[in-house]
Amino acid sequence: MSEIINVKNLVKKYDNNFTAVKNLSLKINQGEIIALLGPNGAGKTTLISTICGLSSITSGSIKVNGLDVIHDYRKTRDLIGLVPQELALEPFEKVINSINFSRRLFGKKDDNEYIEKLLSKLQLFDKKNNIIKSLSGGMKRRVMIAKALSHEPQILFLDEPTAGVDVELRKDMWNIIKELKNEGVTIILTTHYIEEAEMIADRIGIINHGELLLVEEKNELIRRMSVKILNIKLKKTLKRIPQKLKKYNLKIIDNGHSLNYFYNIGNEKTGITSLLSDMNEIGINLFDIQTQETSLEDIFVKIIKD
Amino acid sequence: MNFRGIHAIYRYEMNRSFRTLIQSLVSPVLSTILYFIVFGAAIGSRMDNISEVSYGAFIVPGLIMLTVQMQSVNNASFGIYFPKFIGTTYELLSAPLSFVEIVIGYVGAATTKAFSIGLIILSTSYLFVDLEIKYPFFMICFLFITCMTFSLLGFIIGIVSDNFEQLNIVPMLIITPLVFLGGSFYTIDMLPPFWQNFALLNPIVYLISGFRWSFFGVGDVPILTSVIFMLMFTSICISIIWYIFKTGYKIKN
Repeated sequence: MSEIINVKNLVKKYDNNFTAVKNLSLKINQGEIIALLGPNGAGKTTLISTICGLSSITSGSIKVNGLDVIHDYRKTRDLIGLVPQELALEPFEKVINSINFSRRLFGKKDDNEYIEKLLSKLQLFDKKNNIIKSLSGGMKRRVMIAKALSHEPQILFLDEPTAGVDVELRKDMWNIIKELKNEGVTIILTTHYIEEAEMIADRIGIINHGELLLVEEKNELIRRMSVKILNIKLKKTLKRIPQKLKKYNLKIIDNGHSLNYFYNIGNEKTGITSLLSDMNEIGINLFDIQTQETSLEDIFVKIIKD
Repeated sequence: MNFRGIHAIYRYEMNRSFRTLIQSLVSPVLSTILYFIVFGAAIGSRMDNISEVSYGAFIVPGLIMLTVQMQSVNNASFGIYFPKFIGTTYELLSAPLSFVEIVIGYVGAATTKAFSIGLIILSTSYLFVDLEIKYPFFMICFLFITCMTFSLLGFIIGIVSDNFEQLNIVPMLIITPLVFLGGSFYTIDMLPPFWQNFALLNPIVYLISGFRWSFFGVGDVPILTSVIFMLMFTSICISIIWYIFKTGYKIKN
């Protein structure tokens, strides 16, 4: 995949001397979905704002499709659609007029066929002549997406697209995002919902205190950072870990009725076979065995805490 | 130049006015008609001519100036403040539009609205007074530049304001008194000598005087002074807007 966004050593300092983004570098590939995770105030929205032209850059550079976002702002902005976090819409305007306005701002000729197709895809066609203030929150969110897509951008920034929306609508949004990806749109989304990133992202970036802590393929990240737990229920209670088993990462739980063995699936050997063999050798009988997996959420919390 | 982008802003702003036609057009025209009735017909009939012009006709340029200046400021300030208030400025800033293009869109729409209102008031005035315009071309140019300059001023106020109270402070507490005391209803030589000198500190005096000159060929100050003053005022507004956009003051984070 070719690179479509290249952020290099970006620093964003506000007038009050607060540094929201600290020397951040990030490359985003064409056609991927990258999810930027981070707690409130981590710098996610600031990063998006600088790429889209809403915030000035203190130092560093941002290139979109090889073009500088300051010197070639017309060309770079033409490639980008932005859905901000807030539902910012002119309340007294009709849906269709609002969407056409967005398209015209990008210097594009009216294209009724494309806009009607877009409205249908976002299930807004029936609402096209409605006044925006009469729409539900979920519908307004769709209008925001339609406005961002009205000029046929190649890159779509979604700043917390499902914040405050119900589960059903969230799933609808995920389907829309996946469809856009299938059409070749590069999607950068920020989210608080780890489940969201886990469900739809190709890569995950974790930001905290203005620094990019990591960017990695989602599956690789989960594989590398995941710790699995083998829960072993015992026939007889165990008061302490026997000497022979001390080399294993074991923990007695459930008042000695169970043992938890922690292992990393990223390692070549899990150690399960030898553990069970050693347990058998010293006469510890098993009653049942279960495994549990750590989620992306556990990984996120661990990285943020570290 | 992103002409479609400019046109989109201009059209959007004009449509907003059409949606609120009573507030945008009927209200200012009605207010001015009331001024004509009270000052022109009722009181004016008992007043002496000023510079050989009937009082009713004399106040026409002042009333047009008073209305277009207020309308230009109000339209332009609200035009840019409202997107700021509801958060839709992100659309403008993330679109391939230069700051100049954004200003042309908003100020162009506010200028058009105020200029149209000015022409409607001028036409209406013929119903109440006998009026002859000595320099019609100059009058149109002067009216247009006044509308544009005050729209630029309104745009600045809209950008700088953080809330609706601030948005109204400058028009209500500064521009309205200056316009009323700027010779809309009298010539400054009707004032006592001290107040005549004091009135010359009011920039609006020069604008109303220049506009009145285009109607009757006489004004409070020489026409060249009025023109120079108008151009200076326009340049100052443009410079402030240039600074705002260059630094992103109150627009960009």
